Amino acid sequence: MTDAATDMPEKAPAQTAHGSLLSESPLMKKRNAAEARFKMYGIVAITFGLAFLIFLTFSILRNGIPAFTHTVVNVEFTLTQEQFDEAESKMLKTAAYTDIFVTNITETFQQDGLDVAFDADTIERLLGKVGGNLREFYRENPDQIGQPVTFELSAASRVERYLQGKLTRDMVVDGRFLEAADLDVVDAMVDAGIIGSAFDWNFITGTDTGVDNPGGAGIGVSVIGSFFMMLIVLLLSLPIGVAASIYLEEFAPKNRWTDLIEVNISNLAAVPSIVFGILGLAVFIQFAHLPQSAPLVGGLVLTLMTLPTIVISTRASLKSVPPSIRDAALGVGASKMQSVFHHVLPLAMPGILTGTIIGLAQALGETAPLLLIGMVGYVAREYPDGIASGLLDPNSAMPAQIYTWAARSDEAFFEKAWGGIIILMIFLLTMNIIAIILRRKFERRW
Amino acid sequence: MSNTLILLIVLVIGVLGFFAGRARAMAAAGGDRRNLHSLPNYYGANTALNAIVPAGIALAVWLIVQPFVINNTVSGMIDQEAIAEGSSLGLIMSDVRRVAEGLDVAVAEGAMTEETAADMRTEFTDVRERLAEVGVALGSGVTSETLQAAQRYREMAWTGNWLKTLVVIAISIGGLALTWRLITRDYRARNVVEKGVLSVLILAASIAILTTVGIVFSLIFNTYEFFKLYPAADFFFGLNWSPSFSGRGQSSQLGILPLLWGTLYISLIALLVAVPIGLFSAIYLSEYASKSVRAIAKPMLEVLAGIPTIVYGLFALLTVGPLLVGVFGEGGALGVTWMSGGTAVMTAGLVMGMMLIPFVSSLSDDIINAVPQAMRDGSLGLGATHSETVRKVILPAALPGIVGAILLAASRAIGETMIVVLGAGAAARLSLNPFDAMTTVTAKIVSQLTGDSDFSSPVALVAFALGISLFVVTLGLNIFALYIVRKYREQYE
Amino acid sequence: MKDMIPVDRKMSTMQDSKISARGVQVYYGETHAIKDVSVEIADNTVTAFIGPSGCGKSTFLRCINRMNDTIDTARVMGDILIDGEDIYDPRVDPVQLRAKVGMVFQKPNPFPKSIYDNVAYGPKIHGLARNKADLDEIVEKSLRKAALWEEAKDRLDKPGTGLSGGQQQRLCIARAIATAPEVLLMDEPCSALDPIATAQVEELIDELRQSYSVVIVTHSMQQAARVSQKTAFFHLGNLVEYDDTDKIFTNPQDPRTESYISGRIG
Repeated sequence: MTDAATDMPEKAPAQTAHGSLLSESPLMKKRNAAEARFKMYGIVAITFGLAFLIFLTFSILRNGIPAFTHTVVNVEFTLTQEQFDEAESKMLKTAAYTDIFVTNITETFQQDGLDVAFDADTIERLLGKVGGNLREFYRENPDQIGQPVTFELSAASRVERYLQGKLTRDMVVDGRFLEAADLDVVDAMVDAGIIGSAFDWNFITGTDTGVDNPGGAGIGVSVIGSFFMMLIVLLLSLPIGVAASIYLEEFAPKNRWTDLIEVNISNLAAVPSIVFGILGLAVFIQFAHLPQSAPLVGGLVLTLMTLPTIVISTRASLKSVPPSIRDAALGVGASKMQSVFHHVLPLAMPGILTGTIIGLAQALGETAPLLLIGMVGYVAREYPDGIASGLLDPNSAMPAQIYTWAARSDEAFFEKAWGGIIILMIFLLTMNIIAIILRRKFERRW
Repeated sequence: MSNTLILLIVLVIGVLGFFAGRARAMAAAGGDRRNLHSLPNYYGANTALNAIVPAGIALAVWLIVQPFVINNTVSGMIDQEAIAEGSSLGLIMSDVRRVAEGLDVAVAEGAMTEETAADMRTEFTDVRERLAEVGVALGSGVTSETLQAAQRYREMAWTGNWLKTLVVIAISIGGLALTWRLITRDYRARNVVEKGVLSVLILAASIAILTTVGIVFSLIFNTYEFFKLYPAADFFFGLNWSPSFSGRGQSSQLGILPLLWGTLYISLIALLVAVPIGLFSAIYLSEYASKSVRAIAKPMLEVLAGIPTIVYGLFALLTVGPLLVGVFGEGGALGVTWMSGGTAVMTAGLVMGMMLIPFVSSLSDDIINAVPQAMRDGSLGLGATHSETVRKVILPAALPGIVGAILLAASRAIGETMIVVLGAGAAARLSLNPFDAMTTVTAKIVSQLTGDSDFSSPVALVAFALGISLFVVTLGLNIFALYIVRKYREQYE
Repeated sequence: MKDMIPVDRKMSTMQDSKISARGVQVYYGETHAIKDVSVEIADNTVTAFIGPSGCGKSTFLRCINRMNDTIDTARVMGDILIDGEDIYDPRVDPVQLRAKVGMVFQKPNPFPKSIYDNVAYGPKIHGLARNKADLDEIVEKSLRKAALWEEAKDRLDKPGTGLSGGQQQRLCIARAIATAPEVLLMDEPCSALDPIATAQVEELIDELRQSYSVVIVTHSMQQAARVSQKTAFFHLGNLVEYDDTDKIFTNPQDPRTESYISGRIG
């Protein structure tokens, strides 16, 4: 430290064009304000995006969760041997059971000091065909006769909406489905504490119903429909996509033809999904006469849609395998084909699988093309009975089912649609989490 | 013989071929595999492939060609003049096929002998009733001509099937034998097999082309049919959209302009939402955010991109729509009556904009990150603030890429279906009020093609003309956008 | 050392030190990149930092205009004073500091804008020009100072990226001096240039000494000898020796400096 000039004054204001660094010039103040504003815009934008996500999630959960429960009436009921014999000896056996049930409920009410008049028809409107259910139970379990049994009977959807406050007394028009007087019985049931809600397994495993029974609609069959479609998508798009990627990435010469394929694939990835639906309608249904609404057709259409996604991600993972691996294989005398199939492909496999799962998740949520191949008007009432029937018989799929429910005029179906979305999102979330775990686990840095 | 069975037989021949080829190679090498050019399994695989692939191709070609040949021959038998009013050759041919299938079922169930089925005459038997007995329902009575055509149809199908079986199996065995004879010590089986595998790979890559060709052809063909029934000029320049389903749709007015307007209006609103939010999010995340904020916020935003559009559609219909009515509708918070129903351009546009945020932000993020660090250093080193660096150096440098990203987002918006089907309404109208319900090209494609569509009426066929317009517009946008983005990337590579 | 150009090394023009660093320590995460460096850098002088790769010379240079702030993991301790003001004082805005302490980077990094806009960028953001004529004058003066005016005057609206490597680097120098800095930091400004371009830039550096305090980091000992009056030798994060350039090259005090000069380490 030769020419140290430590004796210079510490606080002397520097006589330069720039002035002191310690004080902020007016221009600098303005510039810093602009800086802060700009940063603020960014924060506001992010907040907006995230707030929207939260709002969406909240809406789905709030509207959808009620779909998983249904209103039930819990009745403890004892049927004596005499009552059983008497009812079985009558002409209208189920009606007899209903009568016994009415008596039972009335007794329950009287114990609680409630006095409501009602008859078998009321019970049928509120709880469905109770007599039939009772008879079936006791015929199958004769040993339960004389024992107290608790029945969980699901209430009609109108009762449920009345309890939720969505249906008020003045809205009720007396008719086949509900009479205003029935609501007194419901109130009595509430007072007696025998009405409550329970998890509705039928929503998950059940089948779709016609337009007049929103309460009984379930999503089970369309889950199976989606499953068969995904099976087709997986079985076709994975091998075809991987084969195409291997060719394009490892073997394709640089020429017009391969250029055309490349441009094609990147453009197909951005073609609106509805156009794939038109393709499916024209080629698979109009031309090839495959059955309408069949998961097979849906699967084929979604395969064509998913292929570009899979090709793009597969090529990326093939590209990430360093050339030294290929050189090493070629160096010990393997053919190009052997080097690819023995070395490159296994190393790229985790990436390929991740891409495939994400592609499948996209396909699972896709709706528009399914509308065109006839999956929307169809009411999925039956489970398919085997693989062939699963592929070829008309069915719905989760997103198509949700759309069908949303398009029905009875508002009670909207709740089902939201519930369906929860189930769909659970599937998507699971698939994406698997993809993330796969990526984390096998991620390799070269 | 059923196709599955034929395929099974061919596969069995293939497996036999594998062992035969392998054995012959080992024999030629005197039992020492080191004497062979390729590994023994390659000889087996080569033989098996030659036994299976040509036979399989033959089977596929046969399956496609046979119905055409039969259809042509049989439809030649039907008198053009005899086609009744309101019917067509196509309808009669489908009757013929149904009758033929019915006869097949009847024979299979033993309700009829093969001879009766072949010789039956409408003059002596009520074919409809006989078929109804075995559970085949026919719409109308069977004319003598139809029955004869059906019998001819069956006969040809039967001959065709036997010929098919023989030819396919012969090709399979032939392929096996030929390859087997070729195998010697020096035969380059691996190269042949690899060539075969390579052609499979090429075939797979060509499916992308085939898909495009399929899209283009199915659109063009049906659009051509549509323009035969409805003048193209009226379609492209018509200001009215009012399909009429009565009278085979002849009185419909099918102008695309109101739909196009709805599409563009909704897309515009969507972009007005998505571009500022997406772009500023991307800038914040790539330039300002700390690592931990980025690690949380970025994936959260990307979740929005993974949500299926049906969810957004439902959200628009059941949540955003009523919310907007509550603000802009009658008795709403603002006291204005701009909005009469929940479905509106604004509803669909807002929700679609939200959907596009992650699309714009992640593309812009990539593009902003591709701007070299040296640019930032250069600007910061001159005493620019961070925001000046972003606005004056990074954004101009990234502009082409960002424009490309916005174009891609626009193409997404134009092609989006579910949100507009559920959120925008069904009425086609040319209006400037963003709170009016309007409809779009995609929504109308859906509504024209769902339900019982009869592909011969202009009301259904118009969907294909709409489809081709949509395809051309989005394809143009995509190609242009990808071109810009690629150019941009090359600039910094 | 035959190629050493005898330049004016009289210290008569030297005033008090422009930059004084005291006990500077820099950490990158866990790595201790700079260990207790103290140095006094004079005005109107070219000071060269030499040393093997990774010795910390560039890191130290980036401390002088707080470019290290842009790296999240970097921590700087100790004092650096310019004109007696601590630049790490919380009241100091690094943006304002960087206007005063210009920097030229290793690789020429012109913005993807026209030559004119490249040079005008700094004056514009710092509000140095009252009007267009002022700005034109600043641009011309800066380009002349950077010895680029003759080559660039007819193509001011052409992109700066279209220039040759040497021209680009001179454009970057023009860009840096357009903000009227008092100190010019150069981080291996010639490492990406061919010998002819290097000679032009070196000549320019020598002229810049008239108006600025120039600090240059270089890999090439010949370059340090050619352009600088003072040389600091860094090794493993330590400032080993700091003295007049000819003294360092002819009579180094520290054995490590000697080994490096004679090519045994580095």
